[in-house]
Amino acid sequence: MLRLIARRLALGVLVALTVMTLAFLLTRLSGDLAVSIAGPSATQADVEIVRKAYGLDRPLYVQFFAWVGRAMVGDFGQSYFFKDSVANLIQKRLPITLTLGLVGLSLALMISLPLGILAALRENTWIDRSVTMFTMVGQAIPSFWLALILMIVLGLQLGVLPISGTGTWQHFVMPGIVLAFTAIPALTRLTRSGMIEAMASDYIRTARAKGLSRARIIFKHALRNAAIPVVSIAAVQLGFMLGGSIVIETVFALHGVGYLGWESIAKNDFPVVQAVVLVLAVFYIGLTLLADILNALLDPRLRTG
Amino acid sequence: MSTLLEIEGLEVTFGRTAAVRGASFRVERGETHCLVGESGCGKSVSALAVMSLLARGGQRSAKKMSFAGTDLTSLSDREMARIRGNRMAMIFQEPMTSLNPAFTIGSQMAEVMTRHKGGSRAAALDRAAELMARVGITAPGMRLGQFPHQLSGGLRQRVMIAMALMCDPELLIADEPTTALDVTVQAQILRLLAGLKRELGLSILLITHDLGIVARVADHVSVMYAGEVVERAPTAELFRAPQHPYTRGLLSCVPVPGRVQRDRPLGSIPGVVPAIGAGFAGCAFRSRCGHADETCTRAIPRRQAGDAHDYLCRLEPDWAEPQPA
Repeated sequence: MLRLIARRLALGVLVALTVMTLAFLLTRLSGDLAVSIAGPSATQADVEIVRKAYGLDRPLYVQFFAWVGRAMVGDFGQSYFFKDSVANLIQKRLPITLTLGLVGLSLALMISLPLGILAALRENTWIDRSVTMFTMVGQAIPSFWLALILMIVLGLQLGVLPISGTGTWQHFVMPGIVLAFTAIPALTRLTRSGMIEAMASDYIRTARAKGLSRARIIFKHALRNAAIPVVSIAAVQLGFMLGGSIVIETVFALHGVGYLGWESIAKNDFPVVQAVVLVLAVFYIGLTLLADILNALLDPRLRTG
Repeated sequence: MSTLLEIEGLEVTFGRTAAVRGASFRVERGETHCLVGESGCGKSVSALAVMSLLARGGQRSAKKMSFAGTDLTSLSDREMARIRGNRMAMIFQEPMTSLNPAFTIGSQMAEVMTRHKGGSRAAALDRAAELMARVGITAPGMRLGQFPHQLSGGLRQRVMIAMALMCDPELLIADEPTTALDVTVQAQILRLLAGLKRELGLSILLITHDLGIVARVADHVSVMYAGEVVERAPTAELFRAPQHPYTRGLLSCVPVPGRVQRDRPLGSIPGVVPAIGAGFAGCAFRSRCGHADETCTRAIPRRQAGDAHDYLCRLEPDWAEPQPA
């Protein structure tokens, strides 16, 4: 178990380093940073001053290692646009994105687990087919469209929820629902197929032969095994939700990390871009590791590996 | 000896296929009763029907299904669950997959006890360890904390047996319990089952296709063919004077010392068990039987060949030694 965690951690560090390198190189590939920072009305002399001031005249590898070295201790430099340190910016935006991601994932699990289990237990009935239909429709609906519909119905017509901003917990309900819908179809189908497979297995026949109650058979013996793939995918989905919620953050004017990344790309604020990419990558790595650990806890066969 | 389990006219259908067609057999207290026959003749389905464990789509009906005086056909699912694992336990052909991979041996064994008899988990674990020792598992204390994948097939089958014994059942149904195991382990498991029967007064319904096993452990035998019990007899009598052509065919397929001649090949029954649909009449074996004539398409009488020996065939009892086919 410890060896498994150590191996996954080492792998995670490698992935993080790779992501840092790529983020660094790709921002440099997007054009001459000194020119874009100096602005369109700058003279050649201004650009040279900017280049010196930001250290962009140094060789690429020197810039890279300087950045990596500082990033290791949490110093991501200054934003060119916000007049604030990048670390501060991310610290301010992160809680919003994390709240949104967790609300989204919780909602997704609360909806997809019961639906998947229900569909599996009623396989090939109208209930099962309705659930499948629901997941297909859910998969096909674009996030921004669902967001707008919810805003119109819940926000404007019924007036039960605020349509934008981050003031109270109510502000996270609608974005959470929209975000949840990006994960619900996959999680529901996984739960369903996992439960169908588990319920048809020999060990469930044994559990029934032991005279266990139906609830215990379903929720202890079958769900424990069906949950293994669901946990892996849920972790990946949460990573996806944290990074990929840009559309939702934009529509609902939630100023989270995704939105920050999008803004800084548009403004060529490359220290922020690099840091956002790195932070999201670290989250992704952490979540995958967490999924591996949870899976090892759920499935004893993985513990020795 | 009194009857523990009495099954009469058991029918099981899966959609349009009739898997069991009016099977009747009885298990006396303290005896080992064998259901024997080829693959697909309805042995396992009959046992699962007794346990109410049929897969989805399986429909069961019976003239009589009586277990220790209780009418099993009248029980609700909930009431049946109270009997399963408690007074009537079952072990299966596939020891490798019959245990839940996600839970320890101890937790899977203990829950049978806490479910049916109540009591603490610690007491249930004690009982589990005691039974594991009884079925010949060394270091039971350590095994309790292990997971199924850490055990061999033979050990897992022993765990299944020990688990089946947790609530001291009256009946143990064993569905081909040794088929997936290698020969030395097979012999150990059979010896174990025989010992349990003797010492605990356990009644065993053993399902097998292996006549060697039947000869070794059975007190009574019911031979099944295409969903029917075609012959019932005490074991010794069945081997001495089989009456049904199918039973004779089965016996000719296995080497018996003194009966098989060195230079002649062993017998075989041509063809396979036919799938039987609704509305089938007459003898299901007629397509493979050397004695078949037109009367075999009509209803077949059950003939008596001894006190506890009957069979389903148009032929009169014949006491001659069966000849190799």
